[in-house]
Amino acid sequence: MNNSHMSNIAVDVKNIYKTYGKKAVVSDVSFTVEKGEIFGLIGPNGAGKTTTIRMMMDIIKPDSGEVYVLGEKFREGTKNKIGYLPEERGLYKKQTVMESLRYMATLKGVSVTDERIEEMLKHVGMLPHKNKKIEEMSRGMGQLIQFLVTVIHNPALVILDEPFSGLDPVNTELLKGLILELKEQGESIIFSTHQMNQVEELCDRLFMINKGTEVLYGNLNDIKHKYRDNSVFITYEGDIGSLKGVTDSRQKDGYTEFILDSNTTPQDILQQLIDKRVTVNRFEIGTPSLHEIFIRIAGVSGDGNE
Amino acid sequence: MAMNKISTILKHEFLTTIRRKSFILMTIAFPLLGILAIGAYQIFQGTGETPPVAEKIAVGYVDETGLFNDYTSYYNVTLISQPDETTAFNAMKGEEIQQYFVIPEDYLSGGVIVRYTLERELGISGEVASAMTEFLVNNLLAGKVADVTIQRVVYPLSLNSITLDSNGQIAENQGGFTSFIVPYIFSILLIMAIFTSSGFLLQGLGEEKENRVMEILLSSVSSTQLITGKVLGLGIAGLIQIVVWLISARFIADMASTSIGGLLSGLTISTDFLIVSLIYFILGYLLFAIIMAGAGSIGATARESQQLSTVFTLLAVVPFFFIAHIMEFPDSGLSQFFTIFPLTAPLTVIMRMGITDIPTWQLITSMALMILTIIGSIFLAGKIFRTFLLMYGKTPKLGEIIRMLRQA
Repeated sequence: MNNSHMSNIAVDVKNIYKTYGKKAVVSDVSFTVEKGEIFGLIGPNGAGKTTTIRMMMDIIKPDSGEVYVLGEKFREGTKNKIGYLPEERGLYKKQTVMESLRYMATLKGVSVTDERIEEMLKHVGMLPHKNKKIEEMSRGMGQLIQFLVTVIHNPALVILDEPFSGLDPVNTELLKGLILELKEQGESIIFSTHQMNQVEELCDRLFMINKGTEVLYGNLNDIKHKYRDNSVFITYEGDIGSLKGVTDSRQKDGYTEFILDSNTTPQDILQQLIDKRVTVNRFEIGTPSLHEIFIRIAGVSGDGNE
Repeated sequence: MAMNKISTILKHEFLTTIRRKSFILMTIAFPLLGILAIGAYQIFQGTGETPPVAEKIAVGYVDETGLFNDYTSYYNVTLISQPDETTAFNAMKGEEIQQYFVIPEDYLSGGVIVRYTLERELGISGEVASAMTEFLVNNLLAGKVADVTIQRVVYPLSLNSITLDSNGQIAENQGGFTSFIVPYIFSILLIMAIFTSSGFLLQGLGEEKENRVMEILLSSVSSTQLITGKVLGLGIAGLIQIVVWLISARFIADMASTSIGGLLSGLTISTDFLIVSLIYFILGYLLFAIIMAGAGSIGATARESQQLSTVFTLLAVVPFFFIAHIMEFPDSGLSQFFTIFPLTAPLTVIMRMGITDIPTWQLITSMALMILTIIGSIFLAGKIFRTFLLMYGKTPKLGEIIRMLRQA
């Protein structure tokens, strides 16, 4: 493997397979994660996301296929460069917040100063709790500590498996902010979730997996463009009358979706609205949500509505 | 790098263990109990300079043969003739006598004597029984044979056994009570030390699965590093525990031997015995720790892991069930089998050592087999960890375990 060629690639997954019993959990999965991007690994529960991540982390070995992390095959020391927040996560209940962060950093081969830990705690507003035991923390606070454990050693690659599960809206926003901060610092982030709406807010590119195989892979905007409906969302005042080229209209929450026939562009509709002097408060080209795209491709609803 | 991570885990496990209240308590409890027992004995000895006066026992007897009239007084027991059973019963009710027995007319041919008492008792007191025997023998033989002969008939045997070595010299280890008690106590201590530490290992792994710390740990270290660090960290804690016990056992044995004397005057613990105990602690701990680690990674919770490991724990203590056999026939086929079978070896070797000289070939075979089993278990355990450490929810059934291991 040529390292210079890989220099802007954080993770390169090549044709990995994993079978348990007769069940193919992951089959022929390939993707690359570029440095400095937020990469979405999405799919319904049980699609093979966690198994794929565990193979990337060298926690389990693929039956066949290869994984390159940060330009090289997995070796002793690679784990130190990765911060992994597993879906199934917890900490030693009897340890205090400080002890927990210090021990987990040591396991990554890094000895961190108390000042650094305190600085991190202060950043998320948890400094007053530094000497509390993990078992005394609320669930949301515990999740934030988990996130700090994941990034305390300044990893080059951060893998987050369902990072928002169990978080209230306030802490969800806080964590989103922290993830975007990591991106600004140039870290590569893999973000795995079954909640597809979160991906749309955060990810640059994504890999959608269902039943162990690839469903979608690419740039979020390209995908949305590709699966774009020929429709427009309009919020307006007054009477709109009938519009040429519109085959159907649906009343949605606060706006109306107009489905266009194949010869009509959104521009044609906009022109008609101007001609009719309708007051338009919102005009948007209709793009389906990732969840809708997933349903369209996979033909099932998965767990995307949670 | 690999060593660094192992030593990080080792240090963490070691410090966590020696801070556990139950570990500290176990470690100091044994020496403390020994010292307390000796102290209590000395206090008891100090206050009771005149030994408590034993109660005088009055025993009635109804003699239907007319042969038994003399020799009625023995140390604490006095025999009082009663004319008939009704009088004897009333005397017993009136507390003049505590009990009575009847010598029937056909005593000489039958030898049957019936004893009556108002109290429910475990059995006849030794004092009364020997007084009765002496009373009967004395009356039967008085005047017919010499007094010395009577004495010999009553006490025909004052046994003094000496064990010789093959050169005809008096052997160093004379067996008997002290050589029985030392291996007995040591085998209990050994098993306790092995299962304290390997039990913590089992519990720790179960908790890490239950608390979901496991995958976080495995994102930093490999499963082999994790288990190695844990086995070694807890092993060092266990080693400290048993060294504390062995050293204090030697002290306590010396103290007991000089201050109590008597039955315990021969109580010494040889250096060989200490060394073999240590070797079998290390081997036994490693074997059971790896087995426990395997069980700990299969079980979904600490409790279920505990249940899985019970079968191995039971195998380890099987020699206790055969303790009478091993003590009596330390060189039998079964004793030799238990010595060589790796799971029962630690306990059996310690038990047998005090009683017999275990042939060197048996000790070497036993240790070699244990080492081989440990190496084999490490390989198997490696597979188990990779397969089961991250399985949550349900503890798999035996069939599933075997099937999954085949695939791993």
